[in-house]
Amino acid sequence: MENSLDPASTLLEVRGISKSFGAVRALQEVDFTLRAGEIHALLGENGAGKSTLIKVVTGVFPRDAGTVRLGGEEVAPRSAKAALQAGIATVYQEVNLLPNLSVAQNLFLDRQPMRFGIVREGAMRRRAKALLADFGLDIDVAAPLGSYSVAVQHVTAIARAVDLSARVLILDEPTASLDRHEVEVLFGIMRQLAKRGIGIVFVSHFLDQVYEISDRITVLRNGRLVGERETASLSRLELIRMMLGRELAETTSARASATEHKAREICASFEGYGKAGYVAPFNLELRHGEVVGLAGLLGSGRTETARLVFGAERADRGQARVEGASVRLQSPRDGVRHGFGYCPEERKTDGIVAELSVRENIVLALQAKRGLHRPLSRREQDEIARRYVKMLDIRPSDPERPVGLLSGGNQQKVLLARWLATSPRLLVLDEPTRGIDVGAHAEIIRLIRELCDDGLALLVISSELDEIVTYSDRVVVLRDRAHVEELAGEAIDVGNILAAIAADGVSLAREGRA
Amino acid sequence: MTALLPRRGLAQILALIVILAVDRIVSPQFFDLRLQDGRLFGSLIDVLNRGTPVALLSLGMVLVIATRGIDLSVGAVMAISGAIAASLADSHGLPVVLAAALGTGLVCGLWNGFLVAVLGMQPIVATLILMVAGRGIAQLITEGRIVTFSSPDLIWLGNGAVLGLPVPVAIALGMLILTGAVVRGSALGLLIEATGGNARASELAGVGTRAMILAVYVWCGVCAALAGVIAAADIMGADANNAGLWLELDAILAVVIGGTSLFGGRFSLVLAVLGALIIQTMNTGILLSGYPPEFNLLVKAVVVLAVLLLQSPKLSGMAGIAARLRRTKA
Repeated sequence: MENSLDPASTLLEVRGISKSFGAVRALQEVDFTLRAGEIHALLGENGAGKSTLIKVVTGVFPRDAGTVRLGGEEVAPRSAKAALQAGIATVYQEVNLLPNLSVAQNLFLDRQPMRFGIVREGAMRRRAKALLADFGLDIDVAAPLGSYSVAVQHVTAIARAVDLSARVLILDEPTASLDRHEVEVLFGIMRQLAKRGIGIVFVSHFLDQVYEISDRITVLRNGRLVGERETASLSRLELIRMMLGRELAETTSARASATEHKAREICASFEGYGKAGYVAPFNLELRHGEVVGLAGLLGSGRTETARLVFGAERADRGQARVEGASVRLQSPRDGVRHGFGYCPEERKTDGIVAELSVRENIVLALQAKRGLHRPLSRREQDEIARRYVKMLDIRPSDPERPVGLLSGGNQQKVLLARWLATSPRLLVLDEPTRGIDVGAHAEIIRLIRELCDDGLALLVISSELDEIVTYSDRVVVLRDRAHVEELAGEAIDVGNILAAIAADGVSLAREGRA
Repeated sequence: MTALLPRRGLAQILALIVILAVDRIVSPQFFDLRLQDGRLFGSLIDVLNRGTPVALLSLGMVLVIATRGIDLSVGAVMAISGAIAASLADSHGLPVVLAAALGTGLVCGLWNGFLVAVLGMQPIVATLILMVAGRGIAQLITEGRIVTFSSPDLIWLGNGAVLGLPVPVAIALGMLILTGAVVRGSALGLLIEATGGNARASELAGVGTRAMILAVYVWCGVCAALAGVIAAADIMGADANNAGLWLELDAILAVVIGGTSLFGGRFSLVLAVLGALIIQTMNTGILLSGYPPEFNLLVKAVVVLAVLLLQSPKLSGMAGIAARLRRTKA
């Protein structure tokens, strides 16, 4: 971009990259420059082309036009592996390692230390241990990767990538599933690597983190380059304007300030509801037209509460009522029958059916609710799909596109549409904005408010306290698998939530993301 | 995606045409048909007739595979139902014989479905049990002999004609239409594809995934039993050792040739049956050519490879990108 750019320090130079999928132009003449030793944030809304750019550069997709130079030499990797060999390593948002293999095997997959054709397990484990120690991780490297938290899996993926490639490291939403402490560790490592001259591309939707760690920022919008700036000289407002191409009407507009809604009717209530070893018994009332936020650290029992409420997990004590009538919630089917909906945290494994079309994904819950013998005709399906694609602004708007080809934010909207199509009375949303960019983020929060105004009851989990404060009428705080506090009205603010989470002395810094 | 739709089935139809053309070269009379005693005769009719058992098996198998399962026991189920039909044929009427044989298939399917859906066993292991045990059960029923019968009703089922078509062909056609009507006429098709595509997500969306899985194994058992009855009726006897032997592999092959992935999800009944016909067209062609039947296995492998290559995403531009996106994104 700038002429002042010293070509000697340019590590990765991408010029005029274009890429189309059928009629969809995913990238149009995009430029991108990464210097040695810098941390460069790549930002943009859902569908802006960040992922496509990364995949074109790393050879996952063939490109239609443009050049990629690494250290001055033109490279054209034909696969992710070739890119790796050239020195460009990528860690994706959803960890692409093998959960059934051990941590050590994952780290050294394809390059295990061998002697006489036999893998030297001992040596491999020692090296794995040493490697992870650099990342502040001291774990049993012989245990299967899948037995560890997403955070550990992510750090392992990053460690593998760093160990494999010395020149360019691309991190696609690396911090989405890390807690504050782990983020700090990762940032420390990123700075260290940058000092060694590695160029790091950092894709994230946490703007705080972008400002904390990055040297420069490149913004894409609708497959085009919007601009490249020094982080220090770019104001947040200007950045958001670049990303959205429009003024944000106060990203965090306060919730309907005077919640003057009359005494709202109870939609569902849970008394002494719980399951041994899962969540301690709790009381919870969910009212029509009300958002209840669930706050707490990862593993505090938020998701567990959501699954009990929906029926995905069976309670072994307590009483559930729907509109006053006592009900049994033994399975998701029961939940669906009583008019509940649940958008789980893990979209890919628990939410979408990637191979099926947007239309089929949207009608799935409604069809399951109606039963086998009352199939929705193709015309009804088309109509429902069209309605929600339009209402939620799902992009691309082709209902026949396999949902796996959509970006994370649009997949989330498809899942919302799936439940809205069933005309639910209660929606349980687990981290509805996780891994979604600013634009879609604000949109989903707006949707949550709108749904609520339409009389829906909502139970929303989020680790973004700002977000919870924005839309919740009440906030339930969890700690160590128990409901410890309920805040309402004026009492809902980040400070009070943190105080409740930290009441037993856990450092406030842990949920410092808020 | 719409651009891809016409592509679906193209590879299979192309393959069938090529094989038919080759058959025509080896056997100039291949397309000759003649009507005799109200029944059509000719190599094409032979292909349909001989292809019936595998076509019936593939109708059940394709649904099982769509749920990400597999049923190795269908050959053994054929042997059991054939043995039962042959044992009862001379003492009972056709309705009783059919009910007993198909009922047995249903029970076999329930057993498989129970192991997979309720106990959560891996399908390949779960159905291996009946694959091994089933042939033993069939031998117990026939007491180790080849049971023959002379019931004209049952013999008609294997050798008679309806509207000029051999009865087995008419039955297979009827089953294809019936299965298609049930699966695509109800929501079953969508729910099976969802279950196979992502069982956890489908379960959370309220789909009764266990019921789906149970249902497809039951249907697979019934289809296998019907194939067993037809195979027995055809040779007017039941041979517990050889009836349906290795046919589970042909059925799986037919489904795969028909473009349904072993990873579950999207399936096509018609293409699975087409797959069965492709296999049989090859078999018949090699028999007619006079080459030793040993060649059959080799040629089969080559043709299967060719069909799969034609379907391969890497060879078909857009489809390749779509499939790769599916793997890497989401």
